[in-house]
Amino acid sequence: MLIILSELLDAMLAQACEGHPIETCGVIAGPIGSKRPTRMIPMRNVAQSETFFQFDPQEQLRAWREMEVLGEEPCVIYHSHTQSTGYPSRDDIRLASEPQAHYVILCTAENAGAPVRSFRIVDGKVTEENIQAVAQYPTALIG
Amino acid sequence: MPISVSIPTLLRPLTQDQKRIEVEGATVRELIERMDNQYPGIKQRLLDGGEMHRFVNVYVNDDDIRFVDNLGTVLKDGDNVTILPAVAGG
Ligand SMILES: [Zn+2]
Repeated sequence: MLIILSELLDAMLAQACEGHPIETCGVIAGPIGSKRPTRMIPMRNVAQSETFFQFDPQEQLRAWREMEVLGEEPCVIYHSHTQSTGYPSRDDIRLASEPQAHYVILCTAENAGAPVRSFRIVDGKVTEENIQAVAQYPTALIG
Repeated sequence: MPISVSIPTLLRPLTQDQKRIEVEGATVRELIERMDNQYPGIKQRLLDGGEMHRFVNVYVNDDDIRFVDNLGTVLKDGDNVTILPAVAGG
């Protein structure tokens, strides 16, 4: 299950709507091992496509370095689907490289189901998980 | 002249879980060859038909090697090389 601040869900959705019909993307960092996504870093989609996304390599380097310095990891990796349902595509599965991350897909296509879905993608195997939006993280998760 | 190479999570099983390794090499191509001698299998994950895999990013210090000289990018003592799988999909 993905437990996430509702303000972060809203921010990912707002970015997806604003970028529509181009796919938008980004990462939400959190302290290593905490399972607590806290710091959202929107990324430029260098593909600028309605059917493909790729993090700007320069922005990705900066973000990954920053996470290393701050003792964080990518908790959530998100992108939008603007023409299809929010299920991982073949490329999403093939290129998934962070087994500990929640892969969130924002769907801005019309009549294509839920606007936000979350998945684990490990060794090519996709598992959908529930999303619980919270106003703040329960104390049990902190520390 | 040893170069410090930062290894992404996905490739750490090949480097005995080391996040950073020291390798020598005058160019990125040579560095990858030597890495593969020390940690067999790594080259196959980075290259595709003798060229950099399209969805693997390699940086020398702050520069994406695609904007320098790809695998021919020259390395000098004290350089930091970072390998990151591209985050991409459809
Ligand atoms: Zn996708």
